[in-house]
Amino acid sequence: MDKLLLLGAEAVAVGAIDAGISGVYAYPGTPSTEITEFIQKSKEAQSRNIRSKWAANEKTAYEAALGMSFAGKRSIVCMKHVGLNVCADPFMNSAITGVNGGLILVVADDPSMHSSQDEQDSRAYGRFAMLPVFEPATQQEAYNAVSFAFDLSESVKLPVVMRITTRMSHSRAVIERKPMREMNSFNPDLNTRQWILLPAIAKKNYAGLIDKQAAIEKSSAESPFNKVVEGKGKKAVIAFGIGYNYVMEVCKNNGLELPVLKISQYPLPKSLVQPFIDRYDDILIVEEGYPIYEELLRGFSDNKKFRGRMDGALPRMGELSPDAVAPALGVKPTVGQPIPDIMVNRPPALCVGCSHRDLYEELNSVLSAYPGKAVFGDIGCYTLGALPPYSAINSCVDMGASITMAKGAAEAGLHPAVAVIGDSTFTHSGMTGLLDCVNDNAQVTIIISDNSTTAMTGGQDSAGTNKLVDICKGLGVEPEHIVTIVPVKPRLEQNIELIKKEIEYKGVSVILAQRECMQTLARKKKAAKK
Amino acid sequence: MERNIIIAGVGGQGILTIATILDLAAMHAGLNIKQAEVHGMSQRGGEVQTHLRIADGEIFSDLIPMGKADLILSVEPLESLRYLPYLKEGGAIVTSDEPFKNIGNYPDENAVFEQIKKTSGDVVFVDATKIANELGNPKSYNIVMLGAAARFIGISNADFEWAIGNLFGSKGQEVVDLNIKAFYATNK
Repeated sequence: MDKLLLLGAEAVAVGAIDAGISGVYAYPGTPSTEITEFIQKSKEAQSRNIRSKWAANEKTAYEAALGMSFAGKRSIVCMKHVGLNVCADPFMNSAITGVNGGLILVVADDPSMHSSQDEQDSRAYGRFAMLPVFEPATQQEAYNAVSFAFDLSESVKLPVVMRITTRMSHSRAVIERKPMREMNSFNPDLNTRQWILLPAIAKKNYAGLIDKQAAIEKSSAESPFNKVVEGKGKKAVIAFGIGYNYVMEVCKNNGLELPVLKISQYPLPKSLVQPFIDRYDDILIVEEGYPIYEELLRGFSDNKKFRGRMDGALPRMGELSPDAVAPALGVKPTVGQPIPDIMVNRPPALCVGCSHRDLYEELNSVLSAYPGKAVFGDIGCYTLGALPPYSAINSCVDMGASITMAKGAAEAGLHPAVAVIGDSTFTHSGMTGLLDCVNDNAQVTIIISDNSTTAMTGGQDSAGTNKLVDICKGLGVEPEHIVTIVPVKPRLEQNIELIKKEIEYKGVSVILAQRECMQTLARKKKAAKK
Repeated sequence: MERNIIIAGVGGQGILTIATILDLAAMHAGLNIKQAEVHGMSQRGGEVQTHLRIADGEIFSDLIPMGKADLILSVEPLESLRYLPYLKEGGAIVTSDEPFKNIGNYPDENAVFEQIKKTSGDVVFVDATKIANELGNPKSYNIVMLGAAARFIGISNADFEWAIGNLFGSKGQEVVDLNIKAFYATNK
C-alpha cells in the first residue's frame, strides 16, 4: 500500500478522500487550514469532483455540510476551535436532527494559543452535544479514524467530532493508506420529518439522541483507538489523545513500566475505565487541553487518587510536552544547555511593504489629534498593528467584533470610534454588525483593510473580493461615505485627509483601504514566471 | 539509532525545505520520522523551529524532550542559541554565520558568535550565502546548510542525494544537479 509522509492535518484530508467524501466545507484557521488546502490540491479529490472551495464562515460551512448529509453524501467540515463557537448553533442542533450521509466535524484546537486568542477544548462541545468524539494520538490513527468515524456516523445516524490539536495537525509522520472507498450515491432524505426541529419533533429527536448514548458508548468500549497498556505497580496513567505520546516517551526514556489506559474515542466508556480505576491507588490524568475528564473522574467529592492539571501535578494551562509530563511521573526532567543572557525575542511582524503598515501610519497620524480615540481591531495579520512601532489598536476579541465594539463604544460616548477589519473577516462576521451600525446611524468609522485574501492563514480566497463596495451599499451605507483609498507611501497625505474627513462625519462611514497582500502578489508573480 | 534535530530560523527563511529533504532521506533509509513544525502567526518574520526526530524504533512524542537534541541546525546565528535547552551536552551546532536583523535590539554579532562557540559540542559556522552565490544558485542556501550538517545526522549521502532528486526532480535534472552540488559544497 501507499506510504505517505503527511502532516496530521493532511492525514485527516487523505483519510477523508479515501473514506469517500463528496465535499469538504471550511473557513481557514490555524491549525486546521491544511486539511482543506490538501483536498483542494489533490488530483484524486479533483477526479472525484469533491467539492472544496472555502466558505464565508464556519457556520455557513457546517450548514452546507449538513445539507450534503441530508442528500445522502459524506462530508467533513473543518475549522479551528474558535470557529466552532461561530457554528455552535448548527453544530448543537445537528445532534438533534441527526444525519443521513456521514458527517464529521474536524476541529483543531490550539493549546498554548500559538495562533489563537484562547485555548478552549472542543471535547467539551462534543460532550455538550452528546456526540462521539475522536482524538487520535498519531497521524496514522488520524487517517484511520476518519473512515471509522464515517461508519459510526452512518450507523448511529449522528454527526461525529474529530478533535486534533496544533501538535498533531502540524507534525509529520509516515502513514499507510488503505484502498479508497466508494462515495455515497445521491439519496436525499425526503420522507422523514427528522430535519424539522419544531418542538414536537425536536423532543422526539432529543429522546432519540439520549437513547443512542448506549450505542456510542459501546463503540468507545470496543474501539480500536482505546487500549490498555499493561504495566507494573499501583500507580497508573489515563492518557487522552496525544497526551499518550508524551507519557510513553517518558516511560521509554526512563524504563518505566506504568499501566496506561489510552483514550482516543469518547464518550468515556465505563466498562473500560471503571475496572482500570478500581485497580490502582494513584492515577495521573493526562489531557491535552482542559482537565475535562479529570474533573469528571475526581467528582464533586474530589477523589484524591486522581492527579493531573487540577492539583498541579501537570501545568494548569498550555500544551503538554515530555518535559511537562516527566515530573508528574516522578522523573527528573532532562535539561540541555542554558540560553545566554544576550538572547532577545523575535516577535512576528507585518511584512515589509505590507499595505497594513501604510494604513496604520496614516491612521496614527490622523488619530494623534484625538486623545479620546479608540481603534477596535479584529482577527488577521493586521492584529500585528497592536505591536510597536504602530501600537495602533485597542482591542482584538473575535471575528467581526471590531465593528460592533466600535458601535457600542460610540453609543457610550466615545469619539472617534474606529474599527479596523480585514476583507475576509468582514465577510465572515462583519456584515451583520455593519447593518446594525446603519440601522442605528452609529457614529463609527469602519476601515476594511482589503488585501483581497485571507492572509494570516496563508492566502486563501476571500469571499468578498471585488464585492465589498456593493455589499456596503447594499447594507445601507451612504455611497458618499464609502471611500476607497490605496495605502501606499506617495498617497500618504491624501489618505490622511480622506480618513480625517470620514472620522469627523457624524454617521457610518466605511473606508476601503485596498492593496493586494505582498505574499499573494509574490506568489502570483512566481507562478506567472513558470 | 535515534537522532533528534532542531532546525531553527526566522519565518520566511525556508527551514521547511531542509526538513522536507531530511524527511525524504530518512524515509528512503527506512527510518521512522516525526517532524513538528510551526505554521501560523510566527511565519511572519518571527522565530520558527522544527523538531525533527528520526529513529529505527518507534517514536512517541512529536516534540523532542529538553536536553535530548543531538544537533541544532540553524540558518541564522542568534536562532541557534534560542533552543539550547533542547541540546544535549556535547550536541553539535551547525549555523549560518549571517545574522538576520529584522529586530531593533539584535544583540552584538560577535557576542552571539562567542556564545555559540562556548557550547559544549562541535560548532560549525557556514558562510552559506557566499557559497550558494559562488555556485551560481543563491536559492541553494538551505541545501548548503543541510550539507554542512549531514555528518551529524547519521543518514548516508546516497539517501540525501535521492531525497534531493525526489524533491527537485520535477524542475529538471539541471536543478537537481545544482542542489546536489550545493549539498556537497562543504561536505566533501
